[in-house]
Amino acid sequence: MKRTTIDLWVGIFVAIGIACVTFLSLKVANLTADSSGSTYVLSANFDNIGGLKVKAPVKSSGVVVGRVTGISLDTQRYVAHVTMTLDSRYTFSRDTSADILTSGLLGEQYVGLTEGGDPDTLKNGDSITITSSALVLEQLISKFMLSFGEKGDSHSSQNASAAK
Amino acid sequence: MHPLIKKNGLPVSSEFFIELRNVTFAYGKRPVLKNINLRIPRGELVAIMGGSGSGKTTLLRLISGQYRPQEGEVLVDGRDVAKMSHAELFAHRRRMGMLFQFGALFTDLSVFDNVAFPLREHTRLLDGMVRDLVLLKLDAVGLRGTQDLMPAELSGGMARRVALARAIALDPALMLYDEPFTGLDPISLGVIALLIKKLNDALGTTAVMVTHDVHKSLDIVDRVYFVANGEIIAEGTPDEVRAAPSPWVHQFVYGEADGPVHYAYPTATSLLDDLGMKGDAHV
Amino acid sequence: MSELILAPLRKLGHMTINAIWRLGYASRFLIAILMYSGQSLMRFSLVIREVYFAGVLSLIIIIVSGLFVGMVLGLQGYNTLARFGSSDALGALVALSLLRELGPVLAALLFASRSGSAMTAEIGLMKTTEQLDAMSVMAVNPVARVVAPRFWAGVISMPILAALFNVMGIFGGYLIGVVMIGLDSGTYWSQMNNSVDLHYDVINGLIKSLVFGVAVTLIAVFEGYDATPTAAGVSSATTRTVVTSALVILALDFILTAFMF
Repeated sequence: MKRTTIDLWVGIFVAIGIACVTFLSLKVANLTADSSGSTYVLSANFDNIGGLKVKAPVKSSGVVVGRVTGISLDTQRYVAHVTMTLDSRYTFSRDTSADILTSGLLGEQYVGLTEGGDPDTLKNGDSITITSSALVLEQLISKFMLSFGEKGDSHSSQNASAAK
Repeated sequence: MHPLIKKNGLPVSSEFFIELRNVTFAYGKRPVLKNINLRIPRGELVAIMGGSGSGKTTLLRLISGQYRPQEGEVLVDGRDVAKMSHAELFAHRRRMGMLFQFGALFTDLSVFDNVAFPLREHTRLLDGMVRDLVLLKLDAVGLRGTQDLMPAELSGGMARRVALARAIALDPALMLYDEPFTGLDPISLGVIALLIKKLNDALGTTAVMVTHDVHKSLDIVDRVYFVANGEIIAEGTPDEVRAAPSPWVHQFVYGEADGPVHYAYPTATSLLDDLGMKGDAHV
Repeated sequence: MSELILAPLRKLGHMTINAIWRLGYASRFLIAILMYSGQSLMRFSLVIREVYFAGVLSLIIIIVSGLFVGMVLGLQGYNTLARFGSSDALGALVALSLLRELGPVLAALLFASRSGSAMTAEIGLMKTTEQLDAMSVMAVNPVARVVAPRFWAGVISMPILAALFNVMGIFGGYLIGVVMIGLDSGTYWSQMNNSVDLHYDVINGLIKSLVFGVAVTLIAVFEGYDATPTAAGVSSATTRTVVTSALVILALDFILTAFMF
């Protein structure tokens, strides 16, 4: 094998390698979402974050606008303190509400932001004040059971008054 | 003392290119050479002969520095090979050429690249010079024209000649030959022997040849050493050796089936005993 | 009676001590290779030549195997996921399995079998025909000239081959899932995109393949260099390369997975 043919093939080989790694990074993994320029940080407190994890998406109207970057327990007020990094292209008003929603019926949880009417926008380091917690399955069931029980009481009292 | 029995306590002299003084070497626990004393003057072509496993190849490797003796000194051109540092050893080996038993050509390189190898590794000669030198060396061994062949395409004799060309590429002061005649047809044998002699005369190198081919060696060498059981048991010029009255040398040189080296494997029992017929009156 | 129990125990002890001794010997060999690698950098053509023989010539086996593994993952994955109504996640399943585990491990095993054993045989044969001795006697260090270029070639080739294996596998999964079974192509890729993370999955997988590359190539060149210089010796060294590589790859995979995931 002449030297030059070997060099050519090795060059092709390495090029294939780089192409594969690039393909894997771009098409397969989430390269674009993370590194698109400047970001700013917001935080929010929740009573219960449910199954929210770090790196969960932050969406508004279903569009990913950022990622959850930190979750901790505020030991003074005993609420969950969540920090998020948002793409600078999207700004939200001061009365934006943050909810913890579930994608699909039993899918993974994310932070949903709903825009409010305040003309002032949230700046880097600001905190979202209007929040609602995640739906915890047990609480949901106990609420359902309670309402079922109440309905039963009102039903029986209706029957009783009807019977009279 | 018979002139062919080894002599001890030789005086020190630096006219000897190679000197082994009281060298002992063991391979692990197995002793191979015991208290060897050897002196080879400059420019001499010497053969070291002995049976298989007698330690003669070990002697060669002690001289090249591949092995280090447990005791004693191996002096080449006045410097102890055993005490050389890595760098000194590599410098020493640049003045030395070794021909291995089956050539040991690099199978992935062409004949040209093989012979050019030491030139490219150790000199900064330009490609044109290297090419000229390679062709000269190949011509010296009679193989100019084969430079583009691969080692796999060469016959045994030709491969060995190319290896010889490679070994002399840097015009070494010392040549070591490990069984150069083994396994060759008579014509190739004659060619190699001629080349070894010619090179020795032309370049003035000191050469040590390990072999058990008696007759070809006796035709070309200046002196012969016989090694058996790790010791030098005899030495002399070819004529002295041919006239050997020592029974061992006689058996070796004339290829006799039985002598000091026994024909039969030593056993304690006789054949009749083994066949179960000992002293049976009926038989 | 106690001999029956003692003899195999003694043998086990011997084997363990032997293995530890060889490990130490191999580590010193690695250090020697690293020390003498300077020449490989200056004579890069030697490394390039070895990358050709170790890497380029393995392309076919890696491409074909990657494709088949991806296709099998697609088939088996679909069968299981469909039972839970989650066949949309096929893309993610195929990609994650390959990137995290199957790609690096299988590519390393294939590399060890094809190129590792070839390196062992080559070096062992050079030792048997006294080529390595001839080199040393000509004042050229055989570790620098013969061993180090092959080592670096293996280390360079391994991640490339693993990445290619992954790509072919994902494509194989696509062929089965989208082309053959009929899942939605957009779903295949978007589910994959959502689940695969660059740092966590892709880069960890690459690190794994790099570590495997070092291990497998070291074993291959070491066994070759250490082989008994006879035909039987070289053949048993080649077998040892493949077996030891397989065990080491799987053990390292466990250790790395525990660390990373």
